[in-house]
Amino acid sequence: MSAREEILARVRKAVAGAGDVEIPRRYRTERQVEDLVGLFAERVDDYRAIVHVVPAAGLAAKIDECLGERRMIVPDGFDRAGGWDDLDTADGVITNCAVGIAETGTIVLDHGPGQGTRAQTLVPDYHLCVVRADQIVAGVPEAVARLDPSRPLTWISGPSATSDIELNRVEGVHGPRTLEVVIST
Amino acid sequence: MSATFIGMPGNFPQNSKKAVQNSQLRFNLRKATHTIRGKRASVVGELPDWQELRAAGKAIKDHTLHHLDRYLLQLEEAVTRAGGTVHWARDAAEANRIVTDLVKATGETEVVKVKSMATQEIELNQALAAHGITAYETDLAELIVQLGDDFPSHILVPAIHRNRSEIREIFLDKMPHVTPDLTDDPPALAEAARLHLRERFLRSKVAISGANFMVAETGTLVVLESEGNGRMCLTLPETLISVVGIEKLLPSWRDLEVFLQLLPRSSTGERMNPYTSMWTGATEGQDFHLVLLDNGRTDVLADEVGRQALRCIRCSACLNVCPVYERAGGHAYGSVYPGPIGAILTPQLRGMSSELDASLPFASSLCGACYEACPVAIDIPEVLVDLRAKAPHAAAERAGMKVAGWILNDHQRLAKAQRAATRVRKLVPKRLPGPLSAWTDTRDIPEIPEESFRDWWERNERA
Ligand code: SF4
Repeated sequence: MSAREEILARVRKAVAGAGDVEIPRRYRTERQVEDLVGLFAERVDDYRAIVHVVPAAGLAAKIDECLGERRMIVPDGFDRAGGWDDLDTADGVITNCAVGIAETGTIVLDHGPGQGTRAQTLVPDYHLCVVRADQIVAGVPEAVARLDPSRPLTWISGPSATSDIELNRVEGVHGPRTLEVVIST
Repeated sequence: MSATFIGMPGNFPQNSKKAVQNSQLRFNLRKATHTIRGKRASVVGELPDWQELRAAGKAIKDHTLHHLDRYLLQLEEAVTRAGGTVHWARDAAEANRIVTDLVKATGETEVVKVKSMATQEIELNQALAAHGITAYETDLAELIVQLGDDFPSHILVPAIHRNRSEIREIFLDKMPHVTPDLTDDPPALAEAARLHLRERFLRSKVAISGANFMVAETGTLVVLESEGNGRMCLTLPETLISVVGIEKLLPSWRDLEVFLQLLPRSSTGERMNPYTSMWTGATEGQDFHLVLLDNGRTDVLADEVGRQALRCIRCSACLNVCPVYERAGGHAYGSVYPGPIGAILTPQLRGMSSELDASLPFASSLCGACYEACPVAIDIPEVLVDLRAKAPHAAAERAGMKVAGWILNDHQRLAKAQRAATRVRKLVPKRLPGPLSAWTDTRDIPEIPEESFRDWWERNERA
């Protein structure tokens, strides 16, 4: 018998006669948050990320101000076959996102247009992410409902961090040490 | 890692005797467990629907386990459709053989690894080493453990038994670029690790991971982490091999809405962990292999009481509230699964023929704190008592088990017993007299808290 057949046979024998289990979904799947942008900004800031809230008209100027002299990767047109060298030497990457989650201060990238590959948002030391107010949802259930599972997804809550040395939180072991989020309203 | 749990001498009482004499270990553990416990309580308190999420998490897992055959087949189909290859492994040897062959086929002799308990359980690193393949751990704590030729001692913070100066010594000794001017400041140590690993990430062609969840409906795998080493391994190499226990399944995409709330808050005490990666099949040009691991899990599934251990999402909340774990440390349990969950999972996965495994169901005071903390409501005391009845054991422990069983049969009686103990706590001696002194010489009598856990829970967590 193949391993597959044998494992399936063991499973069937193990649960023979086990009843069905009903799943109670009495938890909140939608919640009312009065100030989505405000809560999102506050929660992102809790992770020691840098947050700005600007009206759409001021977005370009704000981005210029954030970037300063940095040499940036701009996602569209990046060529994976070129290897990782330029990735590792760029100062940062600028992206859009798919969803922002207010309650947890999380941004989710689905690596669609304007969001680059998974590597592009990881290897450079600085990530500037632009979030539109209408992309922000209240909680995790609302975000899961909006996302497409067939895409690769990266959920980001603050910059890279470790607590492995005597439980001291240190930012930036491997991912970007600085996460800057500009929310455009 | 050349060190291995196999052949670790003794049993739980002997191992913990050594551990309680190690004051550094006990200091670190106490600080760690209490810090994480406090953070956890505060972020759990933020969610008014925590108990409803917990009930849903429990039921989703039980439902999946009862229909595991159907969901495994659905997962296989979805992963295959998305360009991945699915392999099935009956036991550790078979899983190791599959992974070794996959790595060999790439022609590579080095692989990078994401922290994964399943690969520790099957001792994959040793198996690869036997075929000339070096596996590099990339999680900072796992790296400290690997370079120190040591064992992990906590699910979430595996190197918690080490302090900063020990970590500095290990780095000085084992990292080629590190010079004696390295300080023991945590940011400096983290920076040394960053430099040490970065080039390896960019160069590696093969990565090996586990997964926190697999979604049957979509074929999606999910990994939660903090540092970004996971993302490095999952996205940069050309070939990705994931070794995942068959119990890690969730039926539908929607179910993630429950577990992405339960897991981070229970484990690190954060609203969300810094990074979560999700991928479905072969993504962004990668070659993807999924190895589905049984290795005793179907035996656990066959036990009606014990199967609830398969609901475990490895959050480590039960470790952080356990008075026995706090004193004994993770190493005393002699397996990759320490603490209360290890005490029930390890003897079920491995059987109880060794002295160590037979002693694990007794490595508990049955206080019930683990059950209250568990985000998928695993009744660990119930399983412990059940395993005690099945274990080969000495007469004294048989008697103790009877009392515990009697108390646990009735939750009211348990609550009363705990409250009664609370009232007499000032009278409890540090050391028991007469023939029982052998017992207290190897254990600290747990301090009886001023308030029973149940009372505390009612007051703090139900608010
Ligand atoms: S048994 Fe429960 S509390 Fe313990 S690690 Fe598993 S899920 Fe977490």
